[in-house]
Amino acid sequence: MIGNIIKKEFKELFTLSTLIPIVVIAIVFAFVGQTIGNIGETMEEKPVVGIVDMDDGDFSDIAMAVLIEKAEVIYDGNDAEEGLEEVREENGVALLVIPENFSQNIYANHPGEIEIYWIMKGAGMMDSISSGVVEGLIQAVNQGISTKLIRQDSYFDPALVLNPTTRVETTFFKGKEIEGLSSSQLGNMLSSQSIVIPIVVMMLIIMAGASVIASMGMEKENKTLETLLTLPVRRSHIVIGKIVGSALVGMIMAAIYMIGFSRYMSSFQISDINLADFGLALGTQDYLLVGISLFTALLAGLSLCIVLGTFAKNYRSAQTLIFPITALAMISVFITMFKDFDTIPAILRVLVFAIPFSHPMMAMRALMMDNYSLVIGGVAYTAVFTVIMIVVAVRIFNSDRLLTGSVQKRAAWGKLGWGFRR
Amino acid sequence: MKAVEVKDLVKDYGNFRAINGISFEVNEGEVFGLIGPNGAGKTTALRTIATLLQITSGSITVFDYELPKEAGEVRKIISYLPEEAGAYKNLTGKEYLNFIAKFFGEGDKFQNIVQRGLEIANLGERINDKVDTYSKGMIRRLLVGRALMVNPRLAILDEPTSGLDVVNAQEVRRIINSSVEAGVAVLLSSHNMLEVELLCHRIALINDGIIVASGTAAELKNEYDAVNIEEAFVKAIK
Repeated sequence: MIGNIIKKEFKELFTLSTLIPIVVIAIVFAFVGQTIGNIGETMEEKPVVGIVDMDDGDFSDIAMAVLIEKAEVIYDGNDAEEGLEEVREENGVALLVIPENFSQNIYANHPGEIEIYWIMKGAGMMDSISSGVVEGLIQAVNQGISTKLIRQDSYFDPALVLNPTTRVETTFFKGKEIEGLSSSQLGNMLSSQSIVIPIVVMMLIIMAGASVIASMGMEKENKTLETLLTLPVRRSHIVIGKIVGSALVGMIMAAIYMIGFSRYMSSFQISDINLADFGLALGTQDYLLVGISLFTALLAGLSLCIVLGTFAKNYRSAQTLIFPITALAMISVFITMFKDFDTIPAILRVLVFAIPFSHPMMAMRALMMDNYSLVIGGVAYTAVFTVIMIVVAVRIFNSDRLLTGSVQKRAAWGKLGWGFRR
Repeated sequence: MKAVEVKDLVKDYGNFRAINGISFEVNEGEVFGLIGPNGAGKTTALRTIATLLQITSGSITVFDYELPKEAGEVRKIISYLPEEAGAYKNLTGKEYLNFIAKFFGEGDKFQNIVQRGLEIANLGERINDKVDTYSKGMIRRLLVGRALMVNPRLAILDEPTSGLDVVNAQEVRRIINSSVEAGVAVLLSSHNMLEVELLCHRIALINDGIIVASGTAAELKNEYDAVNIEEAFVKAIK
């Protein structure tokens, strides 16, 4: 008896329409994971660095030995400019410059200064892994120097023994030279753009998208659609009305959600560095662009949802139709969170650009780096995408499909003959 | 002027032909009934005239407006009541009537439409309750009120008394008759032969997408030597 019920439930729930989205999403995620790369492999790889030793003393020799052993040194010379150029060309992580008097200073009980010029490629989480490995190298250099200091008979300040070097850091990121910050510090500062903004956008799209798809499902379930379609109102107005109404509902729901989420995120906030001090603050026109990007992405998402909503047979089936939207939004979130648009492979770049929700996720970070073309291009693309989707939706609203379902089902009606109402 | 003129109408769903070349006319101030069994093509015909479905071939004009070219104009003068219609559950009955009335007029005209809807629905104080709390009969009365309150030139009613008890069905028939007296043309479908005989001035018998006979109830009974329309229908499809 119970087996019979299980069999019935399985047959009812495990359908092609529920299986296909899961399979597609699994394939997409596997592909994304494969393309982005493996964190473990990246961490095990030797970081590509350049070294300029202008000291040539006891302690700089230790530093050099450690760096040569643990990193892939692509430049080992005396010209910092040349070294920096080389590191850039070879896609390296940093140029480490050991200035004159490095060893002399340490012998004089002063920390030796290491100049680090970071070449930051992206602000995603995965982009900062290599710089993290270099941070580890500096620790190894410190340990080597500390060991030598301890073995010396001379008296050294314990504070110096524990921390024999200091760093003077400059980060080069997308054409900007940011003094006084390492790439990982900058990455941490941009983490709110990497995590919070994509999640806000994702929630907004999902909440509003669910509203519009549910609205279509409810029109069918409550048998109100036919009446609506015979009222003296343009089909395009019905489509736009549903999109705007759902956008308002979605924004309210997302705002409520985000109040809680921002509180949660603020508990992890440790950086007290002001972005404006480093020329990374956004101006009024930048915020306006972010707002336009968000608005067009929301409209694009909702217009896609209304097209999907036309497939809803009832409220229940509408719930499953939000799945592709959720998946697309999650793909955008994960890619933009872990990688910068400029550091992902070309094929993923096309995918990310094609998903309209990606653009507001990337907009703030892009504007900080004065990358207006990406943001404006994204707005233009999402606007065109929205118009196309609205045209498709209006065409569906003007066709039989909304009321009669798929062609295959229509054909099946013929076989059912008298037993099926038209 | 004819309220509806349907000529050689064909409607296909994929490979399946739901309507196979039907022709009929509905005059102003007339109740015209399409009767037939489930799956005969009644609802498809009504949906096509109500601008919901595309025409495969043939032609339809509603008060000289041609479909699908002038569908927007047709929607201004028709009112369609589907068989399994519902109303928005989170609205009250009055809010639902307001929502519909806003598509047909503003100011005094809007107020008059709503007032007429309230009178036809005749739900008393319950009109201020959410539709979600209504019985099936109450929802149907609300929907009949919605369909007729806008003073359509043509009311298309698909099984108008479907699922109603005798008392409610009689009330709905009374409302339809009073609208016809006010000049509304009505095209309705039903498989309730008694209802059709009571309401319709003329009838078309439809089976398998084809009109097999048409005329007044008396003419059809006479033609098929039948005591009622049901018997006439059975003889017509043999």
